[in-house]
Amino acid sequence: MLDVSGLKKVYEGSGRRVEAVRDLTFTVDAGELVCLVGPSGCGKTTLLKCVGGLLTPTAGEVRVGGRRVTGPPPDMAVVFQEYGRSLFPWKRVGENVELPLKQKKLGAARRRELVADALESVGLTDAAGAYPWQLSGGMQQRVAIARALAYEPEVLLMDEPFAAVDAQTRAELEDLVRGLWRQRGITILFVTHDIDEAVYLGERVLILSSSPTVVQEQLKIDLPADRDQLHTRVAPRFAELRTHVYEQIQAAKRGTPVDRLTKDPTSDTPPPH
Amino acid sequence: MRGSNALLGAAGLAAFLALGEAVPRLGLVDEDYFPPTSRIADALATELADDAFWTALGDTLTGWAIGLAIAVTAGILAGVLISVTPYLREATASTIEFLRPIPSVALIPLAVLLYGTELRSVLLLVVYASFWQVLVQVMYGVQDVDPVAEETARSYGLGPWARVRHVLWPTALPYVMTGVRLAAAVALILAVTAELVIGAPGLGARIAVAQTSQAVPEMYALVVVTGVLGLLINVGARTVERRALAWHQSVRGEVAV
Amino acid sequence: MSARIRYFALRLLLVVALPAVLVAAWWFASESSTDVYWPPLRTILTTFPDVWTGERLRQDVLPSMARLTAGYGCAAVAGVALGTVIGSYRRVRAVCEPVLEFLRAVPPPVLVPVIMLFAGIGDTMKIAVIASGCVWPILLNTVEGVRAVDSVMSETARSYGVTGVARLRHVVLRSASPQIFAGLRQALSIGLILMVISEMFAASNGLGFTIVQFQRGFAIPDMWTGILLLGLLGFVLSVLFRLVERRALGWYHGLRDASRRSS
Repeated sequence: MLDVSGLKKVYEGSGRRVEAVRDLTFTVDAGELVCLVGPSGCGKTTLLKCVGGLLTPTAGEVRVGGRRVTGPPPDMAVVFQEYGRSLFPWKRVGENVELPLKQKKLGAARRRELVADALESVGLTDAAGAYPWQLSGGMQQRVAIARALAYEPEVLLMDEPFAAVDAQTRAELEDLVRGLWRQRGITILFVTHDIDEAVYLGERVLILSSSPTVVQEQLKIDLPADRDQLHTRVAPRFAELRTHVYEQIQAAKRGTPVDRLTKDPTSDTPPPH
Repeated sequence: MRGSNALLGAAGLAAFLALGEAVPRLGLVDEDYFPPTSRIADALATELADDAFWTALGDTLTGWAIGLAIAVTAGILAGVLISVTPYLREATASTIEFLRPIPSVALIPLAVLLYGTELRSVLLLVVYASFWQVLVQVMYGVQDVDPVAEETARSYGLGPWARVRHVLWPTALPYVMTGVRLAAAVALILAVTAELVIGAPGLGARIAVAQTSQAVPEMYALVVVTGVLGLLINVGARTVERRALAWHQSVRGEVAV
Repeated sequence: MSARIRYFALRLLLVVALPAVLVAAWWFASESSTDVYWPPLRTILTTFPDVWTGERLRQDVLPSMARLTAGYGCAAVAGVALGTVIGSYRRVRAVCEPVLEFLRAVPPPVLVPVIMLFAGIGDTMKIAVIASGCVWPILLNTVEGVRAVDSVMSETARSYGVTGVARLRHVVLRSASPQIFAGLRQALSIGLILMVISEMFAASNGLGFTIVQFQRGFAIPDMWTGILLLGLLGFVLSVLFRLVERRALGWYHGLRDASRRSS
């Protein structure tokens, strides 16, 4: 569904040249939920903007459903970290969700249906008439998620969506995203700097190196599909996986050569071919 | 980045001047109404060599400076007094809201009757118009004082005067500076207006004379001078503001009033 | 309940007390005035209805208002349109900035004699004067507002396919509207000043013209009623403006209060 090959992004300006992303190749299958983690400042956001068609890569390409991305693809939705700056404060919650649908030239009846359905799935049916700034941070991010759902995307990009909400809200939102993913079968690429979150949510975790960024490791998360905050997070396998990811990121920060061996011999991390 | 912006700006200015030269020369507008840039520049040079021009400039600046000084002093005193006296703020709010939007030019006939073409006519208009700018900003500034800082100062036993000096004034200062900058611009507008309409001596009166004697290039030259004056006042006020607030963590944005 | 009533009574008292005291002071201080220039307030108030009803309302007040509306309207349309273009392109902005700074700094009333050259002394001149003075604050504030559109908001709009006219309408202009309104407010008071001045300069009717006629003819109480009417006009316009602004920027005030509470 989503193919990234040889992606490279170099920022040039006022005599300085910064290589944010060096050479990234990975794919996300249809209906998969993949988490991207990496040390802070590793070019996660740059990558996401290239995938979302908001930035033109210096080299390499991104394909969504086989079509090359040259601008924001019509079957892709993005949820940004800064919900306060991503929702339009002059529009009510319902209007925020509806605006992209108007651009899609959908009829009024269909729009109403989609808006109501999306708000219901994030548990905000009653808030349609409120302004975003009247809601709490977590609820605002729910609105942003509803807007993405109503857009009916094939691929959903989420850029550290829960970095700015408190811990409890965050747990609720994580479960919401996983629930929606299982219900609707959308392809999700979820960027985060939180290792626990990546392991808890993802079917697969891509660990990025520090800048200039490459894919350091791809890790399959072999936790059961039914996950919950209480049991999954204390499962021994969860601890092993998060420890592994943690070590990889520490290694990435130091820039030491990648040690692909895990301490656990039973780990079914794909062996390096 | 900065350098290229300055270059583009200079190019824009050059294009503006060239356009001013070309449009009348090509006969797109009547040269009698809209003299080319070069003729305005000639007229400007003649003006600059004329003592009467400098006297007029001095008169305008005198009216501007005295008026501004009175307005700023009165505005700050009244603003602080109204803000710190209990209930005075609420009691004066409606009066201020009523008096502020009254256009100061409404006072022109009164000024003419009372003072004729004296400096006091100019001052009446300048002070009335710029006083509100300062007053309102000072009141915003005092309102912005952090109640925690105020409580702290109180709990350390600082008296009212010490609190005004150490807590209230530093908080309000950025707003006061904004008020002074806005007042400086308004004061120039009203000074020139009073001269133009009432005939009090100054650049405005000189423009009126140029107009009645059909000296079109001279009139344009004087308009340019008032523009440059306005520009210098804006830039100067902004510089003073930045210098005075260099210690302040952020030079605040304007309060839209 | 009675506490609430008492609260509102107190507020009402605070609103009307000082104006009442001031008017009373003026009334009694001028009561027995024989000074020609300071007629008793009683005389001014009884003259008021005679002066400003009937013929004068139709011949002076309405034409003045029409000119103000036309000039202000032109300035608003031109200022927002040009400001949006200039604010959207960094290079255009860099080219125009020094020229705009200069044009803004020219005291608007000196444009009256200049525009008289082109437009004579008719209504066109007055409308042009009002428009050319009002346009700068609107234009420059629009430029600032359009320039400051949040980057995340722009990207959100782009990724959801909100582009072109829809982006302008739903995102750029709405996001710039607090700044645009600040410009419109400044422009309103400049417009009123220019309306009066252009009529004082050269006109055969209008508020500015009539008030100067009263002054020249030493019809002092009539002149005072004119000053009062202009003051009232300024006040009413600012109240109307605030009503419109409240409606259009309700979201902005709410947002500001919300972020102030949380910080």
